[in-house]
Amino acid sequence: MTKTMLKGALLTTTLMAASAAAAQDASLIIESWRNDDLSIWQDKIIPAFEAAHPGITVRFTPSAPAEYNAVLNSKLDAGSAGDLITCRPFDASLALYDAGHLADLSDLDGMENFSDVARSGWSTDDGSATYCVPMASVIHGFIYNKEAFEEVGVEVPQTEDEFFAVLDAFKEDGTYIPMAMGTNDQWEAATMGYNNIGPNYWKGEEGRTALIAGEQKLTDEGWVAPFRQLAKWGDYLGDGYEAQTYPDSQNIFTLGRAAIYPAGSWEISGFNAQADFEMGAFPPPVPAAGDTCYISDHTDIGIGMNAATDHPEAARTFLTWVASTEFAEIFANELPGFFPLSNAAVSLADPLAQEFISWREACESTIRSTYQILSRGTPNLENETWNASVAVIKGDETPEEAAQRLQDGLASWYDKQM
Amino acid sequence: MARRRPVRWHIAVFLAPAVLVYTAVMIYPLFNTLRLSFYSEIGRERVFVGMQNFATLFGDAIWSDQFWNALANNFWFFLIHMAVQNPIGIALAALLSSPRLRFAALYRSAIFVPTILSFVIVGFAWKLILSPIWGIAPGMLEAVGLKFLYAPWLGKEEYALTTLALVSVWQFVGIPMMLIYAALLSIPDEILEAGACDGITGWAAFWKIKLPLILPSIGIISILTFVGNFNAFDLIYAAQGALAGPDFSTDILGTFLYRTFFGFQLQLGDPHMGAAIASAMFAIILIGVCVYLFGIQRRLRTYQF
Repeated sequence: MTKTMLKGALLTTTLMAASAAAAQDASLIIESWRNDDLSIWQDKIIPAFEAAHPGITVRFTPSAPAEYNAVLNSKLDAGSAGDLITCRPFDASLALYDAGHLADLSDLDGMENFSDVARSGWSTDDGSATYCVPMASVIHGFIYNKEAFEEVGVEVPQTEDEFFAVLDAFKEDGTYIPMAMGTNDQWEAATMGYNNIGPNYWKGEEGRTALIAGEQKLTDEGWVAPFRQLAKWGDYLGDGYEAQTYPDSQNIFTLGRAAIYPAGSWEISGFNAQADFEMGAFPPPVPAAGDTCYISDHTDIGIGMNAATDHPEAARTFLTWVASTEFAEIFANELPGFFPLSNAAVSLADPLAQEFISWREACESTIRSTYQILSRGTPNLENETWNASVAVIKGDETPEEAAQRLQDGLASWYDKQM
Repeated sequence: MARRRPVRWHIAVFLAPAVLVYTAVMIYPLFNTLRLSFYSEIGRERVFVGMQNFATLFGDAIWSDQFWNALANNFWFFLIHMAVQNPIGIALAALLSSPRLRFAALYRSAIFVPTILSFVIVGFAWKLILSPIWGIAPGMLEAVGLKFLYAPWLGKEEYALTTLALVSVWQFVGIPMMLIYAALLSIPDEILEAGACDGITGWAAFWKIKLPLILPSIGIISILTFVGNFNAFDLIYAAQGALAGPDFSTDILGTFLYRTFFGFQLQLGDPHMGAAIASAMFAIILIGVCVYLFGIQRRLRTYQF
């Protein structure tokens, strides 16, 4: 035993010496699915890093989003993957960590800049190990047409009642479709509907973790209430919303035909390019004035280290830099709508993006309720939630029935809910 | 002693390429899929579980409800094709084979063209045509004063499957038309002339002479429709996505298999349950084809000449 430990220690020192030498002149390769961001990495992010860290060169080599998981897995198995690996949240990356492909980064300098919520997307179920540096999140809320609001003479709603009063005003006025969302593609109803407004009712992380721990059920009031809200939405969506697709909704809003768009912040750059009216954003309305507000600040992109990298020191240097405020500023301003997850305050030039990120100050952050652990079995809770949210909006199912169905499905395989 | 017949190697040599290719790309995967359906993954190990996947598929309400829903939808999909596509195909072929019709070649090509289009194009084109927001369907109905008939068909549970079945009919009506057209052309003129001498002309000639003679073709078309419909997947996937919305009302066996086998969004793929569904589909199609071969085709032979 002592012998092995001694050997191990010797080996580690040799490795460290070797890597310290290598750190002087290391070349790192980043695997990613974000090929849309190639020019931002090449022209902004990497030059900024290389300027501060001479001797380390970095190359960003993205592959197509749909193929990323498969390509990455085969590269990792073959030992030809890059040194740094862009991580998808939750189970996909957890599988890589479990298989020994991603290094444990719990003790990385800079990791303390992230909250538990931010780290949850790339931590083991018990939260003991974190294997990717959280890079970006998307925030949910509502984007609205400022000109339409002025024309009809309504104020930005703060509470549930005000929200429906605004929708009623638009419906009565008739110039604008009150809200642009369709149920054809299903996911919007769950992602921009249920998981957008829901955190205010299940109290964000408190409810989400209680659900995972089995202390709450999907039939509890906090989880049924968002469905009661959604049940009222159907009246305010455009004619034929049942067959309206996601791109239809985007176009209806950016053409100025709708007043409110239930949104994710990733829409910001697209909407800025398309819409020729001024837009604003408001967080999901709270049940009663003065309630704490909760927002869905969903972890989306992280970056980790290939456990088999030849340059672990250089890779860790890069990851520590990713955890810094400098990276957060560059990233957030170049990609409005994808927000850095670190606790450092960053200021954004884009007013709409700034509006979204400002909610972090006033509201509690949480992530989508179905993403961590709860969508591992069959029936899949995330997919079931899409279906249930649509059924509730269309009035095919009452909120209570929908919640009961989700609970039964979850309880059929998740032992803490049985 | 009789001279032994030489071994006829050339038969084996000529058959080999086709048999090898067919075995590699069809027979082996088929049997491997059947084999896979008897296994399951338990803690990262592939374990033989016998009929357990099928017990889950038919016995567990979460799976069996989806399966029966998909199967019922599939039958409705098939029924629409049999009731709409094939009669229209026969009628079009009868019209096209009329010697007095002008521009027959033009019509024939125009009606056949959708068949060669990709499912993706057809799915998206019809989705746009029927869209309540940008589509031309509401506008056209309004122009003739029938706007009240319009509904967002693809978004309503009660209409979506029928709408998609009709889109598929639109796409594939050219195939029965072509096959029947060929069969009609192959009827010898002497038979029709002999009938005419006995006073059988016009409609009577179609019902009493032509239709019995094209029945074998209709049989073939029915079985092609059956196999095609129970293997269908592309159109539904292109138009409604893998969740076959609204509320699984357009879910057929193909989309159910896809979701299970490859996974969807956060749902991870389960190749073993997927293989069980694929095996069930194989059995259904096999039974259907056997019923046709042994029950119907034998009787049809008597009409052949």
